Amino acid sequence: MAFVNDVRFAADKRAILARLRAVLPPGALLADEEELRPYECDGLTAYRALPLLVALPQTEAEVQAVLRACHDLKVPVVPRGAATGLSGGAMPHEDGVVLSLARFRKILRIDPLARTAIVQPGVRNLAVSEAAAPFGLYYAPDPSSQIACTIGGNVAENSGGVHCLKYGLTVHNVLKVRGFTVEGEAVEFGAAGLDAAGLDLLAVINGSEGLLAVITEVTVKLTPKPELAQVVLAYFDDVQKAGNAVADVIAAGIIPGGLEMMDKPATHAVEPYVKAGYDLEAEAVLLCESDGTPAEVAEEIERMKAVLEKSGATSLVVSRDEAERLRFWAGRKAAFPAVGRITPDYLCMDGTIPRKRLAEMLEAIADLSAKYGLRCANVFHAGDGNLHPLIMYDANQPGELERATAFGAEILELSVRLGGTVTGEHGVGVEKIDVMAAQFTAAEIEAFHRLKAAFDEKGLLNPGKGVPTLARCREYLQTRAGIAPSSVSSDAAPRF
Amino acid sequence: MDAVLKEWADRVRDAAERQGKLRIRGGGSKDFYGGAPAGETFDTAGFRGIVAYEPTELVVVARAGTPLAELEAALAEQGQCLPFEPPHFGYPAVLGATAGSGATVGGMVAAGLSGPRRATVGAVRDYVLGVRLIDGRGELLAFGGQVMKNVAGYDVPRLMAGSLGTLGLIAEVSLKVLPLPVAVRTLRFSIDEATALSRLNEWGGRPLPLAASVWHEGALTVRLAGARAAIEAAQAALGGEVVADDVAAAFWQSVREQTHPFFAGSEPLWRLSLASTTPPMGLGPQLIEWGGALRWLRGDQGAERMRAVAAQAGGHATLFRGSEALKAAAGAFQPLPPALLQIHRRLKAAFDPQGVFNPGRMYPDF
Repeated sequence: MAFVNDVRFAADKRAILARLRAVLPPGALLADEEELRPYECDGLTAYRALPLLVALPQTEAEVQAVLRACHDLKVPVVPRGAATGLSGGAMPHEDGVVLSLARFRKILRIDPLARTAIVQPGVRNLAVSEAAAPFGLYYAPDPSSQIACTIGGNVAENSGGVHCLKYGLTVHNVLKVRGFTVEGEAVEFGAAGLDAAGLDLLAVINGSEGLLAVITEVTVKLTPKPELAQVVLAYFDDVQKAGNAVADVIAAGIIPGGLEMMDKPATHAVEPYVKAGYDLEAEAVLLCESDGTPAEVAEEIERMKAVLEKSGATSLVVSRDEAERLRFWAGRKAAFPAVGRITPDYLCMDGTIPRKRLAEMLEAIADLSAKYGLRCANVFHAGDGNLHPLIMYDANQPGELERATAFGAEILELSVRLGGTVTGEHGVGVEKIDVMAAQFTAAEIEAFHRLKAAFDEKGLLNPGKGVPTLARCREYLQTRAGIAPSSVSSDAAPRF
Repeated sequence: MDAVLKEWADRVRDAAERQGKLRIRGGGSKDFYGGAPAGETFDTAGFRGIVAYEPTELVVVARAGTPLAELEAALAEQGQCLPFEPPHFGYPAVLGATAGSGATVGGMVAAGLSGPRRATVGAVRDYVLGVRLIDGRGELLAFGGQVMKNVAGYDVPRLMAGSLGTLGLIAEVSLKVLPLPVAVRTLRFSIDEATALSRLNEWGGRPLPLAASVWHEGALTVRLAGARAAIEAAQAALGGEVVADDVAAAFWQSVREQTHPFFAGSEPLWRLSLASTTPPMGLGPQLIEWGGALRWLRGDQGAERMRAVAAQAGGHATLFRGSEALKAAAGAFQPLPPALLQIHRRLKAAFDPQGVFNPGRMYPDF
């Protein structure tokens, strides 16, 4: 699908190639088309572009040299980790250089006493937990892609996962980030303590989608592994009842370790693929996890069961052992690839809404599914209101991609109207750049651009992503006003 | 737009046009913190009230001038709380405090200070979900929202936490809240500083329901919070003497509000935030919080020395309370390295190009 990056640069490939050759060792620079091809997209494969070059530095000095060269020549730089991102944040810029951190793969230090790990950005999320396991510790944020996604990318996207309600997002679990400004200046955000002097720049770096700085080292917080975790599967004969049960659990004063929901199309996609053992008759299933000491878990599971039963669950299953618990979660974590098996293509939405609007949103999605004639499977981080409707389509059928895109835009606009956001954890990237105009006023968009300029005056880091140009906003609002006049407004509704 | 906010925006625009300076003030309870306040007083206490609160959402929205005591009372009524235990300072955290009589919600966010439970539950910034603010151009802007997961645009709401009002005038904030712990218990151990530090760090690595800790003059006080069963198990594992509930509550309140005798007197008070595993420093009388990551020190050991020690331990030193003369000489906060200072200056210019808000409150040059 076409994404036209409207932030362009006058590129001189020969000049930048010569500069980078001088500062990088052989094998650390890719320039031929067939070498560049594997880098043309990230996890959002519908959007592609070929970069001028791909740089694969191995040391901080090389990263610095690449940045200085690009800055001198006004060449855009797109940082890249494992490229598992789902919003096109690591999609190359056609006038620029991809700066891959894939060779920064070392776990530099695990300090069990301080409960920290210092890792390079190319270390996989799960590898941190594996390295910490001998000390009874783990790294809490667990995006579904955790076997492949890297810590640098997690910071860039402020990644979530299925246990955020209790254990927080990436921003809550990172103490310090070391890296470089686009000018090649070494910087450290955060500290070895719990706060740092000055403004909380660490908070801004998390989720900045590679637009503010290049990350070369991350200090993460490690969490003691609970003695025991158990998950309750609660089945419902009605998705709205399941949605309301989520609010009932929280109202009872329970903060589950994880609280996830799948509807029937989702469990039907997952079961043949993962054999998690889900009941396929139910309209929806909630996965509600408790963790802590055995006595604590026993106490909490009883409270959870009582609430879920009262909320109308038709049956409850509690995991009997760790293997079964992991199998129940494996189904949830494999939902995206599982849906990928039953449809040629799908779009994954990422809106977040206040929990109390879940039932309302589910009803609207069902109506939209009928309106656009496209199937949709729903996977929710129900505990924090983050929705992943998977809109199924076939790109080879004329018009289906356009219908799927319009379907998705309506869901995201509704998320904003219900008091939520267009992206909870996948990022804006290129995918949601236009719909940002539904959430923010022109003045707010301008404030974002000024914030970026404080880090990157020339706008060279990952340009054209994350925050739309004002021209893009105007175009989006005009187009959408023609299609769905009631759904957007340039004067965004108060979000709180 | 609320009439009040429209008036606020006009005042900011007017100040920007005539190169005026505004000193943003909620309850004035943290006037002592940071550089000396300067400029015309801009009182936010009149814009108050809880705008939205639904306990099942775990989110509350409040206007900047809302008394912190009023917000906490409303949460407590529903069995919820601000888990980071923000200090009020200067006024008792009594229920039903009247306007202007103490800490406000806006001031709490701007000061960015968290209390005893911070090390185990996170800081103010970890609970800020959204903010409506007026920037230095007089524009009313909204960032974030009322949901826990939100990565649309840069995280301006969290940037506001601890910004000391230097970037914008906070008008309204939305905060994540949590249920009050089912049970709490406080234990006390008679141990020296080195032993306390090593135990605290070792315990921190175990799945124990730790909530807060204080070491002071040979006594380590630890608060447990969580499910009853977990507390029983933890007490059995840790030992120590149980402190009576009312005595414990008063103790934690005295640490949170700095009414504990350690904080009395006019000697400078230094706040060192550093790696929790930093060994004893031998710098004088101290009170240690946050599992070793926060060390309060009394005395005039010299700003340069304090800052060098803190930097060595991966952290920073703040002259938390001290005479105006000492603050003017040493600066309240650890100086920034040049690359970070440059980003700070540019961010200040991005949000407040005329330098209207709280001049000198964080660093002398903005």
